[in-house]
Amino acid sequence: MARVVVMGAGVSGHTACTFLNDWLGSEHEVVVVTPNSQWNWIPSNIWVGVGRMSSEDVTFDLKPVYDKVGLTYKQAKAVSIHPEGSEGESSPYITIEYTESGKEGTTEVLTYDYLINATGPKLNFAATEGLGPDSGHTVSVCTHDHATHAAHKLQESIEKMRAGETQEILIGTGHGMCTCQGAAFEYTFNVEHEITLAGVRDKANITYISNEYELGDFGVGGMHIKRGGYITSGKVFTESLFTERGVKWIKRAHVNKVEAKKVHFETLDGNQHEKEFDFAMLIPPFSGVGLKAFGKDGSDITDTIFAPNGFLKVDADYTPKPYEEWSIEDWPQTYQNPIYGNIFATGIAFAPPHLISKPMKSPNGTPINPTPPRTGMPSGIIGKTVAKTIKEMILNGATEPTHKVSMGEMGAACVASAGKGMLSGTAASLTMYPVVPDYKKYPDYGRDLDHTSGEIGLAGHWIKHTLHHLFLHKAKLKAGWTLIPE
Amino acid sequence: MKINPYDQNDYTPVPSKFTLFMRKCVIWQFIRFIAINLKMLVVVSKSH
Ligand SMILES: Cc1cc2nc3c(=O)[nH]c(=O)nc-3n(C[C@H](O)[C@H](O)[C@H](O)COP(=O)(O)OP(=O)(O)OC[C@H]3O[C@@H](n4cnc5c(N)ncnc54)[C@H](O)[C@@H]3O)c2cc1C
Repeated sequence: MARVVVMGAGVSGHTACTFLNDWLGSEHEVVVVTPNSQWNWIPSNIWVGVGRMSSEDVTFDLKPVYDKVGLTYKQAKAVSIHPEGSEGESSPYITIEYTESGKEGTTEVLTYDYLINATGPKLNFAATEGLGPDSGHTVSVCTHDHATHAAHKLQESIEKMRAGETQEILIGTGHGMCTCQGAAFEYTFNVEHEITLAGVRDKANITYISNEYELGDFGVGGMHIKRGGYITSGKVFTESLFTERGVKWIKRAHVNKVEAKKVHFETLDGNQHEKEFDFAMLIPPFSGVGLKAFGKDGSDITDTIFAPNGFLKVDADYTPKPYEEWSIEDWPQTYQNPIYGNIFATGIAFAPPHLISKPMKSPNGTPINPTPPRTGMPSGIIGKTVAKTIKEMILNGATEPTHKVSMGEMGAACVASAGKGMLSGTAASLTMYPVVPDYKKYPDYGRDLDHTSGEIGLAGHWIKHTLHHLFLHKAKLKAGWTLIPE
Repeated sequence: MKINPYDQNDYTPVPSKFTLFMRKCVIWQFIRFIAINLKMLVVVSKSH
């Protein structure tokens, strides 16, 4: 009997553990270790953040779902990996610390034959002084709890506008090295939509602040689409939406400090600026969750299997090289750790070889560029691909990864909500292929323009709404869940 | 939104009334709903 341990039950970990459990049957054990008792459909947190959905609408309890299919679930966080075991334990293992009510703080050793790191990001609010809802001055929509808090704060601002006060609304990225601009973009337009519906749009000055070189970069170096007889940069469409909705923008910005009602930021030209706000939602930068790794003798080997940003090294080419020399071959395909062949990383937890957007630094040496996104679809696909490989290793004795998928050969379909409402809502529906531009295959724009598209409309909202229900249905392992693509 | 000459938003295209109408026109958007779903399915199938 083999035991597969999956650390993290988010988009990619939940995909990996549920498929593995389905394929391996009861002869093998799949154990999922995750600190959360609930699964969260994170994209819909945007609607929680404007009060259009509740936490309950975007979450469900994991235990009954895992119990139903016989998957071993430990509500705990992984703390360390011991890939060679230790003096007293010959098998590889991880240590975990329970977060489950009544067992908090209890530690356990969990041996494994195969390990998947799907721990996603640490929301690194500490990278910017004063950032974040816990000890800072800004709100967040990255978790459903944060989003609920954001909705209350937004409502307070709306009440002040109703009372005749003008409010400065600031939404965007809270550091020069953030990813997830899409979420900030969506939240901006959902907030604008809500303020308009509340009848106080004239009382709100809404500003978007971003570390992108140009709007529409989204950490993937932007995209081009065919529209109106032209091949046009996504920048044009993004700026158009900002103009249409009366939202000002600040780009190439590294927020370096937040005070009550004031952000300080540096722009790519090296100048320092300040901006006052009454309500601010700023996305934090992401890092790995801080797992440690130890050798058999107890020596700290964290630096050998993790990259400096805390993400796990996989089969990517990490050789530093200039932007002009980047290629899709740098990107991983199997997500297997090069040292320990039974360890894999999926979703946000794998270390990308480099950025996708062009690296930029201010004259002061401050990096101001988006880091690479690993959105829901790639995270799910990678989780399933790794699960297929592990299945082959366990059931058919494969010694090398049998399944491959690269972000240079994978597309993404994204729907960015611009306001909720079955007849009044809109969303930008985007497809791009591939996620990482491939200038060898597509020399002009790096992407296949027949499969790269974008349009705004009510249809996008309907799709986003459908996806909300479809992915919750899939994640709850309800009838036909295996047929729903990632 | 008021667009002032030389402001950042003076240089962007803005949708015409017709475009705005089509974005919310239920019949047209139903057709787009089918079309976008098909596009997405193609991208999804190319990625698996
Ligand atoms: C507000 C917002 C909106 C978004 N909207 C979209 C969208 O519209 N479309 C889209 O494609 N993507 C969207 N994304 C991105 C998408 O949510 C991520 O790409 C996706 O969640 C990444 O999946 P993951 O499994 O790598 O990480 P996660 O889904 O974050 O899962 C990580 C899991 O690991 C657990 N974990 C953390 N630490 C440990 C530990 N020490 N041990 C064990 N487990 C641990 C966490 O609790 C969590 O369950 C959005 C993101 C945000 C923040």
